Amino acid sequence: MSTDSDPASLKRRRLLLSAAGVSLAVPAMATTIRYPGAGPTQNGSRAASESLARLPLQGIVSATPLQDLHGSLTPSDLHFERHHGGVPRLDPDQHELFIHGMLARSKALRLADLKRLPAVTRTCFIECSGNYITALGARSTPQVLAGLTSQSEWTGVLLSTLLRALGVSDKAKWLLAEGADGPLLSRSIPMDKALDDAMIAYAQNGEAIRPEQGYPFRLLLPGWEGNTQVKWLRRIEVSDAPFMTREETARYTDVLSDGRIRQFSFTMDARSIITSPTFPQQLEPGPQEIRGIAWSGRGRIRAVEVSTDGGRRWQPARLDGPVLPTAHTRFHFSWYWDGQATVLQSRAIDETGYVQPTLGQLKAVRDSRGIPYHFNPIIAWHVQRDGQIRFEETG
Amino acid sequence: MRKRSGWALWLLASQLTVAAPLDELGRTPSAAELIEVDTDVMPDGTGLPAGSGTVADGQRVYQQYCVSCHGEQGRGGTHNVLVDPSGEHKTIANYWPYPTTIFDYIRRAMPYDRAGLLTDEEVYSVTAYLLFLSGLITDDVVLSADTLVAIEMPATHRFVRDDRRGGAEIR
Repeated sequence: MSTDSDPASLKRRRLLLSAAGVSLAVPAMATTIRYPGAGPTQNGSRAASESLARLPLQGIVSATPLQDLHGSLTPSDLHFERHHGGVPRLDPDQHELFIHGMLARSKALRLADLKRLPAVTRTCFIECSGNYITALGARSTPQVLAGLTSQSEWTGVLLSTLLRALGVSDKAKWLLAEGADGPLLSRSIPMDKALDDAMIAYAQNGEAIRPEQGYPFRLLLPGWEGNTQVKWLRRIEVSDAPFMTREETARYTDVLSDGRIRQFSFTMDARSIITSPTFPQQLEPGPQEIRGIAWSGRGRIRAVEVSTDGGRRWQPARLDGPVLPTAHTRFHFSWYWDGQATVLQSRAIDETGYVQPTLGQLKAVRDSRGIPYHFNPIIAWHVQRDGQIRFEETG
Repeated sequence: MRKRSGWALWLLASQLTVAAPLDELGRTPSAAELIEVDTDVMPDGTGLPAGSGTVADGQRVYQQYCVSCHGEQGRGGTHNVLVDPSGEHKTIANYWPYPTTIFDYIRRAMPYDRAGLLTDEEVYSVTAYLLFLSGLITDDVVLSADTLVAIEMPATHRFVRDDRRGGAEIR
């Protein structure tokens, strides 16, 4: 389908002519003709030259491509995935949420009912407490190391709206949140959190929550480990004690260096990661813009510090506002690479004064064998003289 | 003045209507419905069903539904190691703090490709078999609500509540 009116063919012919030293008969204006593009469609698409994709890892998760993103929001189709029995298909007209237990009365609600209750919207991250996969070694990208965190604007109903209307018993201290997936994934949640900022979210980034994220609705617990934010929510049972489910005993518990096992470690400690320049980028000497994200489950990021000399000197990075509590915060740091081998690191400092620890600090207090949860060491990118960048556990 | 009190009254009335919209939404589930969905088991035994199971029956259930993923005698399979005398893996014997969690988890999540398939007797039996393989009961124990709750788990004393509070200290 190459005709003279086809702009590509026209350009090719002109190139050939000029290469042959022939002066061009066609006026230069002809090449600036602009042809109409594609018309409006029902659903948009990414530019063909942009290849954004989640990365499946270890058969049980798929990670967000942090190195390809800007700002603080994660496009919904790139939100990381972790589920324990696959994604169930639920009919929103049939699926009901049962709320019962130590309440004055029980309730069964559908999606349409939740949408008629007072709505709230909040931007926050959700991070899997198993974030930090180092299995790929030097060839690890930000996506591999820290891609089990994503950020969205969530809309739904505060759980307190429901619980208060149903009359919570004075003796109630916990609730069980249970999903409608194959293994009925369930976690015990303290009543304090339930009555504080817990939300039943039905929308993500302006549209209905995606099936992988819990359609028709999920529990949202800002700042807490992802596993507690039960997707495909089907039941909330209010009780006076925790239920001690498998996910809060045999899993999602942290072995300390003295052998004790820390349980109900809900809050995500502060973490940051430089997302550029990182493996597999090839660095050219000269000015560089170091980019990354930082976040804390305990509130706002107060500062991010960057070191470009292997940790000898730490300098403050610029934070993109607004800095929201329990939210990814974008940081930038302008740097000039002189072509010498060095190490790039970032560390997050949150509003409680917590400073993201070194690997050594964490290993001193935790048993890091197996799959450690809540493992948030400073991440180091080693820049070689040839401009190659590789990940290496450092410090 | 009069206008203002009218406004206040309207505001009060509108807030009252807004305060209780839940009464008109959804429905009240029946007791039978709640019993059907409420399958959880707590450490004090709340939620454990009637019935019982034996180690011998549990071995048969295990061979039929579990061995393909978890291997002979709970190890060497393609999925989680359940029994590990070497102590290298986190297992029932060295990590699970409550015996009730085994029953609850098997009943809600196993077998992986057909969760919910097992009867309560089969769940008691396969729980008994795993506790026997873990060295926590003898092969003549008949597992029921009473006997399950009474089993002491070696790891219980290791569990502590979260003591991280933010701030300068790394825990």
